[in-house]
Amino acid sequence: MLVEMQNLTIAFPTPQGMSQAVRGVSMTLGQEKLGIVGESGSGKSISARAILRLLPPQAVVTADVLRFDGIDIKTASERQMRAIRGRRAGLILQDPKYSLNPIMTAGSQIAEAWRNQKKGSRREAAEAALDLLSQVQIRDVRRVAAAYPHELSGGMGQRVMIAMMLAPDPELLIADEPTSALDATVQAEILRLMEDLVSRRGMGLMLISHDLPLVSHFCDRVAVMYAGRVVEELGAGELLHAKHPYTRGLLECLPTLSHPKLRLPVMARDPAWLA
Amino acid sequence: MISVQDLRVRFGPVEAVRGVTFAVGEGSSFGIVGESGSGKSTVLRALSGLNPDWSGRMTIAGTALTPKRSRDFFRRVQMVFQDPYGSLHPRQTVDRALSEPLLVHGIGDIDRRIRQALSEVALPAAARFRYPHQLSGGQRQRVAIARALMSEPEVLLLDEPTSALDVSVQAEVLNLLADLQDRRKLTYVMVSHNLAVVAHLCPMVGVMQGGEMVEMISAEDLRAGRTRHPHTADLRRLSTELEEA
Amino acid sequence: MSASIDRTWLLSEAPASRAQAAWGRRYRLWCDFRANPLAMGGLVIAVVLVLAALFAPLLATYDPSAQELANRLATPSAAHWLGTDELGRDVYSRLLFGGRVTLGMVISVVVLVAPLGLAVGCVAGYFGGWADTLLMRVTDVFLAFPRLILALAFVAAIHPGVTSAVIAIALTAWPPYARLARAETLSIRNTDFIAAVRLTGASSVRIILRHVAPLCLGSLIVRVTLDMSSIILTAASLGFLGMGAQPPSPEWGSMIATARRFFLDQWWVPLIPGIAIFVASLAFNLLGDGLRDVLDPKQR
Repeated sequence: MLVEMQNLTIAFPTPQGMSQAVRGVSMTLGQEKLGIVGESGSGKSISARAILRLLPPQAVVTADVLRFDGIDIKTASERQMRAIRGRRAGLILQDPKYSLNPIMTAGSQIAEAWRNQKKGSRREAAEAALDLLSQVQIRDVRRVAAAYPHELSGGMGQRVMIAMMLAPDPELLIADEPTSALDATVQAEILRLMEDLVSRRGMGLMLISHDLPLVSHFCDRVAVMYAGRVVEELGAGELLHAKHPYTRGLLECLPTLSHPKLRLPVMARDPAWLA
Repeated sequence: MISVQDLRVRFGPVEAVRGVTFAVGEGSSFGIVGESGSGKSTVLRALSGLNPDWSGRMTIAGTALTPKRSRDFFRRVQMVFQDPYGSLHPRQTVDRALSEPLLVHGIGDIDRRIRQALSEVALPAAARFRYPHQLSGGQRQRVAIARALMSEPEVLLLDEPTSALDVSVQAEVLNLLADLQDRRKLTYVMVSHNLAVVAHLCPMVGVMQGGEMVEMISAEDLRAGRTRHPHTADLRRLSTELEEA
Repeated sequence: MSASIDRTWLLSEAPASRAQAAWGRRYRLWCDFRANPLAMGGLVIAVVLVLAALFAPLLATYDPSAQELANRLATPSAAHWLGTDELGRDVYSRLLFGGRVTLGMVISVVVLVAPLGLAVGCVAGYFGGWADTLLMRVTDVFLAFPRLILALAFVAAIHPGVTSAVIAIALTAWPPYARLARAETLSIRNTDFIAAVRLTGASSVRIILRHVAPLCLGSLIVRVTLDMSSIILTAASLGFLGMGAQPPSPEWGSMIATARRFFLDQWWVPLIPGIAIFVASLAFNLLGDGLRDVLDPKQR
């Protein structure tokens, strides 16, 4: 198992006392595509970040088990964590504008990520960067490699970001809303690309998103989170058979082209879901 | 109610909007869809008076619009922005945000009007003296809608009003917008990248690409797939693909 | 306000009035500020210094200009807590009254400079175009002069004294505030919430005064507090060079100046006002650092 998580809780201090953001989440991830879906504040992002120990310092994290490829994250040294972050596990964020260094060309950022791990020569790194860019299906690799982040479109920037994360041959890719800032046409391309890379390289993918139909389209399994808990776990084709009223509500309140509704059903949040 | 003819907007050497023409009847809704950079938001900003550098002809209720708008125009035309986190002043309470339009237009009876506006957008009275950071995204967007309604406008310009919201909140806000339109006979122009959202609220949809409106299509034809322009067909396919899953 | 003012009232998530909401926000800022011990230290020292200066007539043990030539350059003792200076005046009392002059100068400068800088910066940033160019070039001209040299030239041209020192320092101190306010305004100007206010039909004056300026205030207060120490130093430097407060009125800078020839033998005489300057500067710096942590919008 790549990731094992049992009974994870995360709390943040506030002036009114501790606020529980994640309340007992358990999941496992092998070489597969796991989607985590939930609305803002459901704890989906921070649960995933806990695996890389990338939470703000005031967060209080407890777990019965929290392991990455057998390494106990709770007791791992900062040095061990550095060996995991960005090498064995990559993180792709929503907006490439903020994740890429604005004063380095795309090519040199990828080359640097590659050299950090592979210790090759500059020339080899530059070659590897071009190769990685072509793997993320960029046609004009030399132009993109020489471009600065602000000269790239959102979709291009996200491809560069993915190429950078792929440079050290990671075993796990965590993508936190990787396509929310992108147009629908580009969104589909990027997801298909990630899907393809993950299955070809035999990596694990954790795709975090608020878009349930989108995620279930691309993932093998989907975990639906609500208020810091996983309320339901579904296989890829089982979306229509979702049982939990929250999951059903998420699907029903979407306006669709194919089934017009005069009025959108509104979710009635049952306090019992919190229990 | 609204008519736009051959609208052109230029940002330096780039023509962002290249001759857009459409009309919206009173009490009706018109949707504009397109990808980022298609010029859809630019049309809305030119209409609202936020961007004075345009050419062409725009009228609202028969009055031709000039680059500089009168105070009366701002009473009759209001706008709701995409990002509810950015469209409310971070240091002003809901109460202050809602009273501002009344003070500017010299409308009295502030206390009653604010209480009424809060109940109209289904916000609890307790939210009145909160700061934006104490509200959820959906509540903020309700405040933004209430603020736009304070001066009792006839036209509401909606710039991606739900795209920053969770889907369950999106449904609530879309229902609210539909109810308000019914009750107040408002005219909407809504911009969005989401075809399903636009088609839900607007009987007529304009599809924009590269600064031009490549197709005008009724929501009905759009649902049925009777598209004429390949870009519209592309957008429709992407939107329905996931619905079928 | 019928409810009693306590913690729950202040931290209420559903305030019942504008005042409660505003006080609640301030209380939360205060809680954040209180959590920083260095900043609290700075605040306490600054408050003690200001109070000491205000109540100098009550706290002083001697008349600050009363000379006792038989008892010159005395070491600190029970009678003269911090010793006496070259004319036998009580250093402790002079220090208290000197605080009035020095801190008074600093506060006058700030009161003159901060609103001016804020106004210039907001107007330049909000309107842009030629107004921006004109105001910023004027700012650049003032920014180009070294502060102390311009102040010296200005004071020398009129006549040395506290008033002209204040005006001189103010003249050279406002440009950074204008720059800061302009930078803040530029980032605020294009936000959606300002666009929304423009769409209500509000006038530019109203937008600047009620919506833009209050947001610039936070970083301006931080900057002013951090600048206090350098204003104290400039005021003291002018005093030291004989261009500020004139004898016999006690001022920390001029106290060092007149006592500097005794530095080797009666070192405590010039050292004590030096310590006062150091402590005051440090206190304002710590205070400013703490305020930046709670007020700076970029860090929230």
